[in-house]
Amino acid sequence: MIATILTQILGALTVAAALMVVISKHPVRSVLYLVVTFFFISGLYIMMNAQFLAIVNLIVYAGAIMVLFLFVLMLLNLNKESEPKTPTLSWIIASIAAGTLFVVFIAALKDIVLVSQPGDNVALSNIGLVKNLGNTLFTKYVVPFEISSILFISAMVGAILLAKREKQMID
Amino acid sequence: MESLTNRKKVVSDKPMTFVEKLYIPAILKGMMVTFKHILKRRKTVKYPEETREFAPIYRGMHVLKRDEQGRENCTACGLCAVACPAEAITMTSAERTKDQAHLYREEKYAVTYEINMLRCIFCGLCEEACPKEAVFLTDRLVPTQFERGEFIYGKDKLVEPADSRIDITKRQFTGKRTHV
Amino acid sequence: METFYWMDKLVLVVLLFLISLGIAAYQTYFERKLAAWIQDRVGPDRAGPFGILQPIADGVKMFMKEDFTPMNADRWLFIIGPGIAMFTSLITSAIIPWGPNLHLFGREISLQVAEINIGILFAFGIISIGVYGIMIGGWASNNKYSLFGAIRASSQMISYELAMGISAITIIMISGSLDLRAIVESQHGLNWNIWYQPVAFIVFFICALAETNRAPFDLPECENELIGGYHTEYSSMKLGLFLFSEYVAMFVSSAIMAILFFGGYNFPGMDALKDNPNLLAIIGVAVFFAKIFLLIFVFMWIRWTIPRFRFDQLMHLGWKVLIPIALVNMLITGFVVAFYHHWF
Repeated sequence: MIATILTQILGALTVAAALMVVISKHPVRSVLYLVVTFFFISGLYIMMNAQFLAIVNLIVYAGAIMVLFLFVLMLLNLNKESEPKTPTLSWIIASIAAGTLFVVFIAALKDIVLVSQPGDNVALSNIGLVKNLGNTLFTKYVVPFEISSILFISAMVGAILLAKREKQMID
Repeated sequence: MESLTNRKKVVSDKPMTFVEKLYIPAILKGMMVTFKHILKRRKTVKYPEETREFAPIYRGMHVLKRDEQGRENCTACGLCAVACPAEAITMTSAERTKDQAHLYREEKYAVTYEINMLRCIFCGLCEEACPKEAVFLTDRLVPTQFERGEFIYGKDKLVEPADSRIDITKRQFTGKRTHV
Repeated sequence: METFYWMDKLVLVVLLFLISLGIAAYQTYFERKLAAWIQDRVGPDRAGPFGILQPIADGVKMFMKEDFTPMNADRWLFIIGPGIAMFTSLITSAIIPWGPNLHLFGREISLQVAEINIGILFAFGIISIGVYGIMIGGWASNNKYSLFGAIRASSQMISYELAMGISAITIIMISGSLDLRAIVESQHGLNWNIWYQPVAFIVFFICALAETNRAPFDLPECENELIGGYHTEYSSMKLGLFLFSEYVAMFVSSAIMAILFFGGYNFPGMDALKDNPNLLAIIGVAVFFAKIFLLIFVFMWIRWTIPRFRFDQLMHLGWKVLIPIALVNMLITGFVVAFYHHWF
């Protein structure tokens, strides 16, 4: 009972924080709200008994990627004066585009019925614990797992290549 | 050339060996140096309670001496002022009257005698120039002041009080004094 | 039973809080004393006998100072920054097993606030968000030196987290658990991980120096280039929180290192005390704290020996030296562990 209420509160807080990401005017504050959102999402993972996912979400997203976001934003000159004026027309266009996307989402999710199957109760299945997660990853999902690691390596190689080429041009 | 002390070290920029590139031996060596210092005796003193001894030749604030009978030694000859490289010393002189014989040893004395402590470089040439053993530099420090004028020391600050003499027996023996 | 459980935890939390702060306070004192001894000086000796009350005097001084917020600073973030720094330093102590279970009042009392089975990951999670306090504080100050400090802190922490995590993976592989209690239990007696993983320890220790912003990696706050770095604009107890959090972080990271590499509360000859669990627990806690203090001493000893790195040297060391070493070490350890378990 308490768990359900906590989950609902956490869900509401997640949505509120995510909204604040979009609403807040200052980019640095947006990023900080995004960090807060990740915290709440980690809380939701914990409610689903997926402690490993919760902590890894914190380490990777809140601890590394958001730090880099913040890093870049801090280097930008965010003065009010230097900000280019947004014409009213683009405001309207942006609102229409975002609104349409929202409507599409609503339409897509409207008819979904969440059916729980036996043995599908996440809170009791312990699938999120390290051992079970590792077993699943390296048996059932081993091909997607390895493919995604290749994807990461190719991204890394690409980044290194870009950095290298810069140097050669200077020479 | 043959080295006299064998203390010189030949500097070379040869590439570092693998062990040197690890840096860890060098870091440990450095840490051992600092660790030895933890066990060493402290070089500082706890100042207000303990003070360091001045060297016997320390040159601090001046004093105008009196003789055994309490008469001022200075005869206002001006040799100290001439000797002073910083031109810190000025004085005016007067002849002593009969009833002042117990105050001044010589027949001519200094009415005013001023040392500007901001100009003074504490070289001790005044002390060397003095033929009457009147001016000495002591191991006392010139105290700090807030105003520049307060650094011009007159006779009130320079002449030693007759009842509390300034000890200069530890001063370097200049050869002029036959006794202290 | 349930209420007793919560009461035990509450007492433990309050005790831990006080102990962490007290040790942090006396670390400042000992740091100054050690600096003085290394430099052949006496060090603080005015407040009380041997200056033992110096931390209290410093604390009072901090509280009495004017609490200043610079113009154009982001007020809220400026206040939140030191709070986050302090919070992240303190929270890690919740998962550290401080000693074997006590047997008091007819029940078993665990000397660990939160027994979570992914303790070491939790520690890394907290470490990874620990940089936010410095970043937010440095950015909100609206000062270029603070910003430099914040940027240096973030890039430094991200770089050294990787090598730290990879070197800790070897320990996880050896003990086969992410639970800190299980890691400690696997190092019974003198069977410490340092004997198996000296390379991992060196890498981990260097990274811990960098993560706690200690010299020679104190670039975010280097006094002589950045005049204090991220806390240039801070004063009063906000500055106090920043400085304090560094010492708390040092204490906690020493505790984690003691657990991962020096057997936590294990000590040789602990089997002789099997019949007396309470005595065993007390000695265990004392041994654990002795290990922590020794590591803190090494932290300080290094600070007063080695000069600060240049920033490119720092990045070079992190990415091109420590991470490859940690990776190779992890690979070798993985093979050895696999052979040991006859997985091939």
